[in-house]
Formats: sequence, C-alpha cells, structure tokens
Amino acid sequence: MDARTEALEARRTPARAQRGGTAGWARKLLAQRYLQAMALLGAAWMIVFNYIPMYGLIIAFKEYNIIQSMGQAPWVGLTHFREFFSDDQLAGVLRNTIGISLLKLVVGFPLPILFALFLNELRSVRFKKAVQTISYLPHFLSWVILGGILTTWLSDVGVINKFLQALGLIHDPVDYLASPNYFWTIVVTSDIWKELGWSAIIYLAAMASVSPEMYEAATIDGAGRFQKMRYVTLPGIAGTISILFILAVSGILNSNFDQIFVMRNALNDSTSNVIDIFVYQTGISQSRYSYATAIGLIKSVITLGLLLGANGILKRLNQSTLF
Amino acid sequence: MFALKRRTTGEAVFDGVNVLLMLVICFLTIYPVWYVLVNSLNNGQDAMRGGIYWLPRVFTWDNYAAVIDNPGIVTAMGVTIAKTLVGTVLHVFFTAMVAYAFSRRELIGRNLYMILGTITMIFNGGLIPTFLLIRDLHLLDNFFVYIIPAMFSFFDLIIFVSFFRELPQGLEEAAKIDGANDLVLFLRVVIPVSLPVVATIALFHGVWQWNDYFAGVIYITQNTELQPIQTFLYRVVAQNDTSQMVTSAAGGITKSVTSNSVKMATMVVTTLPIVLAYPFLQRYFVKGLMIGSIKG
Repeated sequence: MDARTEALEARRTPARAQRGGTAGWARKLLAQRYLQAMALLGAAWMIVFNYIPMYGLIIAFKEYNIIQSMGQAPWVGLTHFREFFSDDQLAGVLRNTIGISLLKLVVGFPLPILFALFLNELRSVRFKKAVQTISYLPHFLSWVILGGILTTWLSDVGVINKFLQALGLIHDPVDYLASPNYFWTIVVTSDIWKELGWSAIIYLAAMASVSPEMYEAATIDGAGRFQKMRYVTLPGIAGTISILFILAVSGILNSNFDQIFVMRNALNDSTSNVIDIFVYQTGISQSRYSYATAIGLIKSVITLGLLLGANGILKRLNQSTLF
Repeated sequence: MFALKRRTTGEAVFDGVNVLLMLVICFLTIYPVWYVLVNSLNNGQDAMRGGIYWLPRVFTWDNYAAVIDNPGIVTAMGVTIAKTLVGTVLHVFFTAMVAYAFSRRELIGRNLYMILGTITMIFNGGLIPTFLLIRDLHLLDNFFVYIIPAMFSFFDLIIFVSFFRELPQGLEEAAKIDGANDLVLFLRVVIPVSLPVVATIALFHGVWQWNDYFAGVIYITQNTELQPIQTFLYRVVAQNDTSQMVTSAAGGITKSVTSNSVKMATMVVTTLPIVLAYPFLQRYFVKGLMIGSIKG
C-alpha cells in the first residue's frame, strides 16, 4: 500500500492508525522516504541559512573577533547595547530612520490609493490598461539604474537645476545630493516614482471586487463621480487599506536599504545615515561585528514586536491576519 | 454608449482632467528612461554641452561600441547573465521540490516543517551574522554566493504550496500505481502541470537576480572579475568611480565618448533585458502578486 492511500485510510479509520503504533509509523515513514528526503533538504537549507545566523546573534552579547570562534569569544553581557544607547550617532540615526519612514507613510502611502481611484474612473478600458502597464515599469528597474539617473539629474549641471533655473525658481545651481538638506525629499520622491503604479495594483484588484450594483444604486440616488469614489469605491477597499497601513507602520524601522545605499554619500551623511546603513558601516566597513550585531538585534526585536502588534490589531478588527 | 450621451459638462471636465493627469503620470514615468536612451545615442563630447532632452543631437553608436570594447563591462555582464540563469533554475527547482513535499498532507512532521519556515519569515539573524556565515562557508569571492544562499525562499514556497494543493488528486494517484516514487512524480507529473506558477516564480526571482547589486558589494571583496553588472554600475554611480568606464584600447572611439556617455549606454544595456521581458512580467507578476496577497 503506498503512502497516499495509507494516509487516506488512516484518516478514515483513526482507530486502525492508532493500533499500528510505532511499527505503523515507521512503515509510513519508510513509504514516504523520498518525500521526507525532499522536505529534509529544505529544512537543512533553512537551518544553515536562516537558523545559524539566528544563533550567530549571540555575538551581540560577546566580544567577537576574527581569531576566536563564536563559541569561544568571551561574554560581555549588555556592553554593546549600553554603548549603542550612549552613542553620539544614535539620535541622528533614529531621526533619519523614523523621519524617512514617516514621510514615506504620510506622502507615499495615500498616493497609490488616489492614483488607483482616478485610474478606476477612466472610461476607456484600453487606456486604463495602458496607463497601468506604463506606471509599474519602474518597479522592475534596479535602484542602481535609478541612482544613475538621479545622480546625473541632481548634479549642479543636471536636468533638475536647468529646469528650475528656466522657471526662475532658483538662481544658482545646487548640487542636491551633496547637501543634507534635500536627501529626505529625494528619497521619498524617487520611492514614489518607482512604486506608485506597483502599489496601486492591489487597490485596483480590490476595487474590481466592488459590486457594480452599488454603483448603479448610487447613480440612481444621483451621486456624482466624486461622490461615488468617496462613498462606494473607498469604503469598498477600506479593508485592504487598513491591512496595508498597519503593515507599513510595523515596518517603520525598515528603511529601504537598497535605495539609500545607492544615494548616500559622505556629504549627505547627516540625513542619510539610517539604522541599516549604520549597521553596515560599523559591521562591514569597520569590522566591529559584535557592536553591529547588537544594533541589528535591537532593530529586529522592535520590528518583530511591531509586526506581532500589527497582527494582533488586525485580529481584533476581525480582518484577515498575516499569520 | 448611453452613459456617453448622459454625460454632463461636469462629468466631461472630470474625464478630461483625469485623462490629462494620467498622461502626465505616464510622461513622468517614461521620460527618465527616455533621457538615458537619448543620451546613450549621442556623441559624448557633444553631450557635455548639455541640452539633450528629446532626441540625440549628434547621433552615434560609439558609446555602445565602447561598452562592448570594455572588458570590465563585458565580464560583469557575463556574470549577471550566468547568475540569473543558474540562480533562477536552481531557485525554482529547489523551492518547488521542497514545496511539493510540504504540500502533501501525509508528510510526517509537516507542521514542524511549516513552523520552521514560518519563523524565518518574521525573524532573521540580520546582516552581520549572515555575512559571517557566508565567510565561514568560504563563499566570499565565490560565484556560488549568488546561487546557494538564494536557492530557497519560504515566501515562494507558500505560493507553490497553494498551487500544488489545487492540483487534482487523481493525477498523482495514477502515477503512483505505475510505481513512480515521489521524486519522479514531482519531476514528471507535478512540474509539467504547474508551469504557470513556475513561470511566475522564475520571473520574480530572475528579475531579482538580474537587479541585485548588494551581494556583489558585500560578498565580492577582492575578485572584481566576479562582480555583476549592477555592482559594477553601483561603483560607478555611488562611489563615482568612473576610471573603469572608458578604456584606452578603444582606439578612435575614445575621441567622442566620455565616462558619462558610456555610463548611459551601460545603463541601457543593463535595462534592456528587463524591458524585453516586460510583457511576460506584467502578465505573470500581477497573477503572482494576487496569489501572494491571498496567502501572504
């Protein structure tokens, strides 16, 4: 009897399966040896590439160096954590991380919803489809390509300066990436440019499931376009919005590393140094492994707490949860 | 059609403004890419005068010739192509295989396996412990650093599992009667009927492999021959290291090209495969995103 039918049998007659005892269990295991081998390979990969780094977090509590192994390195308790909380750079790093995230939340979160709302109002299905297709092209470009465009455009002889000078908004050219004053704006704007269309997809899908009868009823009641958007479409996607919003809030310490890593430089460091960059700098550039691990751990724990909190809120709101 | 007739002035204004707004968004989306393309087709020396916004002023293919003549760029492009092909095939095969095992309800220890995977989605060791692991595995300055640590993803596994669950039972049972074991079953029966989800994950991962620059920055410490094109460009863009852009070997070409114009041509060459794959991407990606959003 093969594994599948045996399992089906076992489900149907639980008493028989229990009678089988250890011998039955071993026979079942033998019958699914190929399946187990496939599953174990996956488990082995996860243990090596996910769980060993989790074990590696112990060096946050040790003084790790290249000569000794992780196990041998001496314990130092909370020294590195204490050091981080008295680090001169802490205030700046926190301000940059949370500042950029909040700006992305306040400006970057509602824009895809608005874009989806207006896209949804287009009469021509073909035009709607064309706009949508064009709008999410940037999502597939790497941040390096985007960084390449931005460094060219934002330089003192770049397109942005030429444009603003032509409009008479500025007189002298500004090297935007070489000044800390503009970094947050640049990061938030370019992030919106890249992800506007992509983020809108999920809202458009939610809108497609709003019942056409609702619109008909609203039309009969004399509702205009804006009123339908406000009182039919928006409530129809409120569930999706709340899930994505809570998710976005819980990711507040996750700055977009790939993006900031391309655009940061020594001149804009005071506004571009976010937690992830700080961890990279101390850990990889300066080889202070234990200290950088401690900072990363603090971030991971807070993020995990926010995520579990978000999940709890979703559960209480009776929305579909994340896990 | 009735709706058209009943349109009021207010409605017409709304529609007009809306279409205009969408056209502006489309322009803003495409123009930066267009700008790069136009500048890559313009004489580099001439481009330094500025003002090339819509069409090339002094048209030339020289920048592309310089890209092909640059051994650094050609090698980096080869690394990118190799890692994208090998990485994607292995990722899809391995993740699908594990997913197939995890999807079978009779798998002993199935809950344990799933818990093991779910934990990895919400918590990880982070940058430094991962870096130290890669170093201890002797994967630094090794081509396989792009492949093995990216071979599996529990997110993708969930997408595969939800697809495999929907497969008709009879399919597997027929093969079973023929005496095929689970691995043969997976290869000969399950994979051929799962091509839509395989294509989706392959495209997801292929784009990621193609675009990732960070692995090359952090894990390739000495052997720059192993850096992919995105890492090569990262060093040019972020570290302003233009020394590699124009090689003197290019003979007559060097007169008209500049490091900036060659950079533009490299960016076009790097982006072209993504643009060519775009019709497939948008077909499968949206579908994949939907599956992901239902399960994730």
